[in-house]
Amino acid sequence: MKDIYTLGIESSCDETAASVVKNGREVLSNIISSQIDIHTLYGGVVPEIASRKHIERINQVVDKAISESGISEKELDAVGVTYGPGLVGPLLIGVSFAKAYSYALRLPLIPVNHIEGHICANYIEDKELEPPFMCLIVSGGHTHLIRVLDYGEYEILGRTMDDAAGEAFDKIARVIGLGYPGGPKIDKAAADGDPDAVIFPRAHGKDEYDFSFSGLKSAVLNYLNSCEMKGEKISVPDTAASFQKAVVDVLTGNAARALDKYGDKCFAIAGGVASNSSLRSEMEKICVERGVKFCRPSPILCTDNGAMIASAAYYRFLKGERADLSLNAIPDLKLA
Amino acid sequence: MTILAIDSSALPLSVAILKDDVMLAEYTITLKLTHSETLMPVLDDVLKRTGVEPEDIDAFATAGGPGSFTGLRIGSATVKGLADALGVPVISVPTLKAMAYNVLCRDSLIVPMMDARRRNVYTGIFEYEGDDLKTILPQCAIPVTELLDRVASINKKAYFLGDGAKVFREEIDGRLESPHFFAPPHLCLQHSGAVAVLASKMFAEGDFTDAGSHRPDYIKSTQAEQEKKEAEKNGTLRELSAGGHTLYT
Repeated sequence: MKDIYTLGIESSCDETAASVVKNGREVLSNIISSQIDIHTLYGGVVPEIASRKHIERINQVVDKAISESGISEKELDAVGVTYGPGLVGPLLIGVSFAKAYSYALRLPLIPVNHIEGHICANYIEDKELEPPFMCLIVSGGHTHLIRVLDYGEYEILGRTMDDAAGEAFDKIARVIGLGYPGGPKIDKAAADGDPDAVIFPRAHGKDEYDFSFSGLKSAVLNYLNSCEMKGEKISVPDTAASFQKAVVDVLTGNAARALDKYGDKCFAIAGGVASNSSLRSEMEKICVERGVKFCRPSPILCTDNGAMIASAAYYRFLKGERADLSLNAIPDLKLA
Repeated sequence: MTILAIDSSALPLSVAILKDDVMLAEYTITLKLTHSETLMPVLDDVLKRTGVEPEDIDAFATAGGPGSFTGLRIGSATVKGLADALGVPVISVPTLKAMAYNVLCRDSLIVPMMDARRRNVYTGIFEYEGDDLKTILPQCAIPVTELLDRVASINKKAYFLGDGAKVFREEIDGRLESPHFFAPPHLCLQHSGAVAVLASKMFAEGDFTDAGSHRPDYIKSTQAEQEKKEAEKNGTLRELSAGGHTLYT
């Protein structure tokens, strides 16, 4: 069979990224231009600044992805682009660029759901992985527990009722002075802390596998506030470790119950928070105990990247899916 | 020389093709701000109806700002994608100068105004000198009162256009004693035809960039950047990085 080369373009938040992937699994280039340093100053992503940075960098990122891939843009078979969910301003840069670029090169354009992209990072990491499997997607904007029934076919078991897990990390990191991005900073601070120092509540959503993190966030804020009122010194490592443990308990608890009910033989994690060391080790334990294969993408594939979009585009391409020229950004695009 | 020009800086969405000295096509629709959905289908239609292939285009031009931040970026990202794929340059035409170019009015000041909210306008003052449109006041964002003071001080006939001229018409009438006119609907708003013609002049003068270097000229910095400047001055950068939340450490 002829090899298929897809270019993936991603600009849904604060990373401008592009990648060329062969046959959906083999990464030929993976260029990520992160804006984290800029947004750190503001304690989070400022959409207007992010949009301005994306447009300054998109050509350089795409050009570099092509030149490093070793193939020419003429050899591409399709262009995939994230069209949601995400921030509308940033999404529009990737979508507008990709529509124009693919049009001029007379290539099919494949619309890609960002969350699906995160799932597909696992196909790149583990060349043997095939559906069906269970997947936990955790990032700054998303928290989903799903079953991947087939390529591009998903059954949602649970999702967050309020904040995404990564959002909770960001908020708590801000108030304890660690700053943005909260995920890696809390992970690092927690390494020196006692996860049982403070017992924070573990809340669940209304359905069996749903998540809720706003109550936990409030509990941490109340704890910090009461410490301040009593004049007690706050331990940043202990607070970080205790908060992180509460989040990981909720995530892995739901995952474990779902595994026990559905009996999937393989479990994957995805999304920015899938880089969290505690989540990775706790989830691995749960999988080992049940004899379930555990897949976790390397951190470079957990963060927002173009390779996962190119991989997702490959499977959509095979199914004959194409975007037309009126493709728009959809900030609240659903997975299924 | 074939130039494809876009103006998506405001409510109108406009795509034109200028081939040498013939305006092959100009398509302008002033309806809704759905430029991201409309731009590429319109561009495709214009190319197909004129039989121009993407490879025939020597340069892509866009209204480079000021304007709606999102609108500017849709136009910019589109020309950046087209020009990158085809390996041709991008010409960034100042939005207000292109608007002024809509009207050929040799004996008066030409004052395009875009409503920039809070009684501010994106504006500039232009005047013909022979066939050349000279810039008297370079495009800027200023309070409408300041613009009218400038126009009054020059004390010449003035021709107003743009959505701002509509919004502030009563104020213009009240402030100016000198004769002044307002553009009719077919000349009042952005046209890519004017962008294309100005672009061909700029191209001849070497005023263009590669696709990667092009970026919109917003004129205004973001609100967040203004807050950052303020925080630097007040020594409150740490509070800024807490995103407005209480810091407990």
